[in-house]
Amino acid sequence: MTTDVTKSDETQSDETQSDVKKQDSMSTSTLAPHQDAPTGHKPPEGRVGAGLFDPKQLLKSLPDAVRKLDPRVMVKSPVMFVVLVGSVLTTVFSFKDPGDWFGWTISAWLWLTVIFANLAEAVAEGRGKAQADTLRKAKTDTVARKADGTVVAGTELKIGDLVVCEAGDIIPGDGDVVEGVASVDESAITGESAPVIRESGGDRSAVTGGTKVLSDRIVIKITTKPGETFIDRMINLVEGAARQKTPNEIALNILLASLTIVFLLAVATLPPLADYAGTHLTMVVLVALLVCLIPTTIGALLSAIGIAGMDRLVQRNVLAMSGRAVEAAGDVSTLLLDKTGTITLGNRQAAEFVPVRGTTDAEVADAAQLSSLADETPEGRSVVVLAKEKYGLRERELRGAEWIAFTAQTRMSGVDVDGRKIRKGAAGSVIAWVAERGGEVAEDARELTDRIAGAGGTPLLVAVEDDRGARVLGVIHLKDVVKDGMRERFEELRRMGIKTVMITGDNPLTAKAIADEAGVDDFLAEATPEDKMALIKREQAGGKLVAMTGDGTNDAPALAQADVGVAMNTGTSAAKEAGNMVDLDSNPTKLIEIVEIGKQLLITRGALTTFSIANDVAKYFAIIPALFAAVYPGLDKLNVMGLNSPDSAILSAVIFNALIIIALVPLSLKGVQYRPVSADRLLRRNLTIYGLGGLIAPFIGIKLIDLLISLIPGIG
Amino acid sequence: MGPVLAGVLQLLALIGALALAYIPLGSYMAKVYSSDKHWRVEKWIYKGIGADPDTEMRWTAYLRGVLAFSAVGVLFLYLLQRAQGVLPGSLGFASIDPDQAFNTAVSFVTNTNWQSYYGEQAMGHVVQTAGLAVQNFVSAAVGIAVAVALVRGFARSRTGELGNFWADLVRGVVRILVPGAFVAALVLVACGALQNFSGIHEVGQFMGGSQQWNGGAVASQEAIKELGTNGGGYFNANSAHPFENPTPFTNLFEIFLILVIPFALTRTFGIMVGSVKQGYAILATMASIWVGFVALMMWTEFAHHGPAFDLAGGAYEGKEVRFGVGASSIFATSTTLTSTGAVDSFHSSFTGLGGGITMLGMMLGEIAPGGTGSGLYGMLIMAVIAVFIAGLMVGRTPEYLGKKIGAREIKLAACYILVTPALVLVFTAIAMALPTPGHSMTNSGAHGFSEILYAYTSASNNNGSAFAGLNADTLWFNSTLGLCMLFGRFLPMVFVLALAGSLAEQKPVPETAGTLRTEKPLFTGLLVGAILIITGLTYFPALALGPLAEGLAS
Repeated sequence: MTTDVTKSDETQSDETQSDVKKQDSMSTSTLAPHQDAPTGHKPPEGRVGAGLFDPKQLLKSLPDAVRKLDPRVMVKSPVMFVVLVGSVLTTVFSFKDPGDWFGWTISAWLWLTVIFANLAEAVAEGRGKAQADTLRKAKTDTVARKADGTVVAGTELKIGDLVVCEAGDIIPGDGDVVEGVASVDESAITGESAPVIRESGGDRSAVTGGTKVLSDRIVIKITTKPGETFIDRMINLVEGAARQKTPNEIALNILLASLTIVFLLAVATLPPLADYAGTHLTMVVLVALLVCLIPTTIGALLSAIGIAGMDRLVQRNVLAMSGRAVEAAGDVSTLLLDKTGTITLGNRQAAEFVPVRGTTDAEVADAAQLSSLADETPEGRSVVVLAKEKYGLRERELRGAEWIAFTAQTRMSGVDVDGRKIRKGAAGSVIAWVAERGGEVAEDARELTDRIAGAGGTPLLVAVEDDRGARVLGVIHLKDVVKDGMRERFEELRRMGIKTVMITGDNPLTAKAIADEAGVDDFLAEATPEDKMALIKREQAGGKLVAMTGDGTNDAPALAQADVGVAMNTGTSAAKEAGNMVDLDSNPTKLIEIVEIGKQLLITRGALTTFSIANDVAKYFAIIPALFAAVYPGLDKLNVMGLNSPDSAILSAVIFNALIIIALVPLSLKGVQYRPVSADRLLRRNLTIYGLGGLIAPFIGIKLIDLLISLIPGIG
Repeated sequence: MGPVLAGVLQLLALIGALALAYIPLGSYMAKVYSSDKHWRVEKWIYKGIGADPDTEMRWTAYLRGVLAFSAVGVLFLYLLQRAQGVLPGSLGFASIDPDQAFNTAVSFVTNTNWQSYYGEQAMGHVVQTAGLAVQNFVSAAVGIAVAVALVRGFARSRTGELGNFWADLVRGVVRILVPGAFVAALVLVACGALQNFSGIHEVGQFMGGSQQWNGGAVASQEAIKELGTNGGGYFNANSAHPFENPTPFTNLFEIFLILVIPFALTRTFGIMVGSVKQGYAILATMASIWVGFVALMMWTEFAHHGPAFDLAGGAYEGKEVRFGVGASSIFATSTTLTSTGAVDSFHSSFTGLGGGITMLGMMLGEIAPGGTGSGLYGMLIMAVIAVFIAGLMVGRTPEYLGKKIGAREIKLAACYILVTPALVLVFTAIAMALPTPGHSMTNSGAHGFSEILYAYTSASNNNGSAFAGLNADTLWFNSTLGLCMLFGRFLPMVFVLALAGSLAEQKPVPETAGTLRTEKPLFTGLLVGAILIITGLTYFPALALGPLAEGLAS
């Protein structure tokens, strides 16, 4: 199952051990190739896509929304709590004057305002509940067979217990494999049906409770208490039960609360002023004015935005252990990316056939292709592909060919066919092979291989022995292939103000070549875990927030130190414990998406806050003339919308205020569209849409509602 | 030359003069507050008050200095007025009543200079010169000191230290205000303002009857009255009095004095935070609001129609013919957009909308350009709020000048912007609800309400100008307006210094392409919008019942 781990030694001759390990871990993810076939919908590449929103969810969440009217719940959102108190007040006053249709209508719409706000939150939570139910199914009561032979319930396991799992068993708790190797079905968590290998020692030892052993037998050392397992945390997370307000949300809540107090003062001090002017303001009218002025739109949607932000991560199979981490992701200014698997494809590929003097590249291509037809390593296959694409050489059927397989001793592979012996391999071995046969080694062969190595590539010499004797034909240039679109990705990140640092075990020369090609800002070559840690600390000392991915136990300290540490699900439990996010797909490129989601979350909050505040202007122009034009006729000039009657003006403002919440629920769940551009352009765009739009939209909306109201007979 | 053109030309001349002074004065003030050398006279003062000017203070120590110094100031000024009857050189005036003495003491210490007395009929030379004039200097210097402390909060990292209050206070007086006021006083004297210690003269009037005049150190007080954005006139007629403000030139010069320090402080700020561009952005915000308000004011005062207005060529009622409608509009706007409160015309006689503009100017928190120091810190608080909202819109935890704006910072900024609306609205509402305060109104209807709204707006924002007409020398108004001035000055300072301390402790966040660019015009526009919407809209209902009701009536 780990075919692509066997690779020709010549290609890794200049790689350090740590890089080999990275490729190992990549091979695991090849078993579960989520990055190509994600569960559910896939967002467009490089963009944070929209979450799903189905209007039916509104109806389904209605009971939850009503249940949330509990004052003990409401008090957590100061803005909406004020609306709730206002609704109660107007209702009470309407009972005192039961014939007043205006009071009843205002009260009804105020209650709707509160319910709409709760609905937004309920819908956001409802989406998580569905996921939680799926997870709960995996968490059926398990029985654990301990290594000493006793059988206990999964819920009674303690940290350090050793349990045995065989084919067909559900793993009873989180732990590390301490003995054996097994294939495990982790679809309960990742949604991916292809099994993964879990084995003792190394970076693939972590198993998760609730997953199923498909073959073989393993002994697991339990590392987590029941109730705190990964799956438990996931359930809490998607249900929003563990949700705590993030620092930024707290700050925004303070601002909204203080705006509420300011407007509360403005409204509460109005009655004596109005009495002096000669008009009496009723409680219903005062509450209506207050509710229109306080930032209800953002107050109503704030918690839905937060839940939806976490949900967007879950939809991408990323679990954030705290909302704080999601926010921090938006602030990240340095990304540490592993070269292999993130920036480059896992394997090196043939990029070019370079002939020595006196031969042509076509000859080299022909010989290289022949020698590689039976070579099943990724490098070998890439030679065949290049020969076909660039030189039109089709794969051919060779009769009587004798394939020479690669061995660690010869460090060459090749073929003997039709009296020709063709070899390809590491420069030293091939030169020795040619010399052995008394052939000549072209004087520029060394020069070519040095040049390729100097440019960060890996040279493979191709030699032939035929009726003209043994000789070197040319060189195959193998190189790391940067994934498609990475350059553009990094360009985007740079525009967002994020610096990318490539981490690799390669030597500095090779690293620089790839860094230049991929367009990263910086690289760390021959990186050790200590180097990584030092780099993170250095960046943080300068005030920067650092994000990284990691999977190995030796990544754990760095993952813990980084502000955003994304552990791969394939990684060790130490790594998963140290990071503040886990990527179930184990796709390191996802770090970029995580950053975008973090930014999108903040932008959505800011945009709706701006919109909410800008709305006030129009509401004043609706309500103030309605209240006072009777005593000061000049104030009717402020009725720029030409609203029909004072009652309908106030009612229209209140109705608009309620409806805008429902209208913006989809946006708060999906998040404001985010494009990776500079802060300047982002601000300009969002300010135009949500600032200017927020100024203008209510003028139109209130006018339209007023027109509709004036059609109702007996009013206006 | 028509009066409109004259007004516009005076405005352009004023802008030109302010532009010339901006760089040298702003840079000089930055040097004053960054230098580690002490002048000899300063060393004497430090020795005299027993302060060590070289110890760094945390925000709490700095605040203690501000509050202690101001408390002593209030007490001294109170006692001086109470003892006036027995002091020599008092022109025979009696001691001031307790409530008025409290009001006046608070008024001058808080840089408000609200006057519920008639200067020429109540205050003798000693109180005017040794009491009120001294506070004109030090209250302005306290304002600048607090602003400088906030700027240091932005500029410094990983320390809680904000500088030394005593050094900042003394330097502000010795190196900026005294030399500036000295030069300004010479100019005013040269142009005909009064400067003597003469007694009361009985002067015969043209139409028969007689009038009492007294002299005094008028020009010197006038200079610091404008330069320190104080506004308390030697005479009741304030800068409309020919002894205080003799010619159109002195009028324009006085407007220049009002505006020069508040505007130039934005450069001081820019230099001290290491980016003059950031200073320009704040300057642009202040300047666009100020120019917008002046233009609006000129428009309402010139364009108001009616037979009398058309005949006179503008709303001349309550304005000096010497200065004209244009210059009076510039003065009225400048004095209410700063914490000055000096007047060269009577705001209650402006058109309804014009009166509203003077009130709105104060209601914005007097931040365009605002009082000496208080304008800058008020504007920076608004910038923090605007950055918070806008910063979210670029997808990062908001940051301003490399400092993160988190829950603590927002809490302090929010408290700051709550103080004055709470004072203005609550006290106005109580005054309207109670039966007696209304008796102080001279007018009825919307204009009468404007008088009271104006009084609390002026006191809470430490402006000091009055919507003439209100009889403010009552126990109720002396006490409540005194409290408004006290809380309106020192509560915000508490929040500003706490914010400064919190910012100074942070480590700086490096600027990247993802950082909100607060030096760009886009941010300036956003800041103007945030100020107008957040603070302006708070007062919309109150304004609607006063100046708007009056202004839109015709």
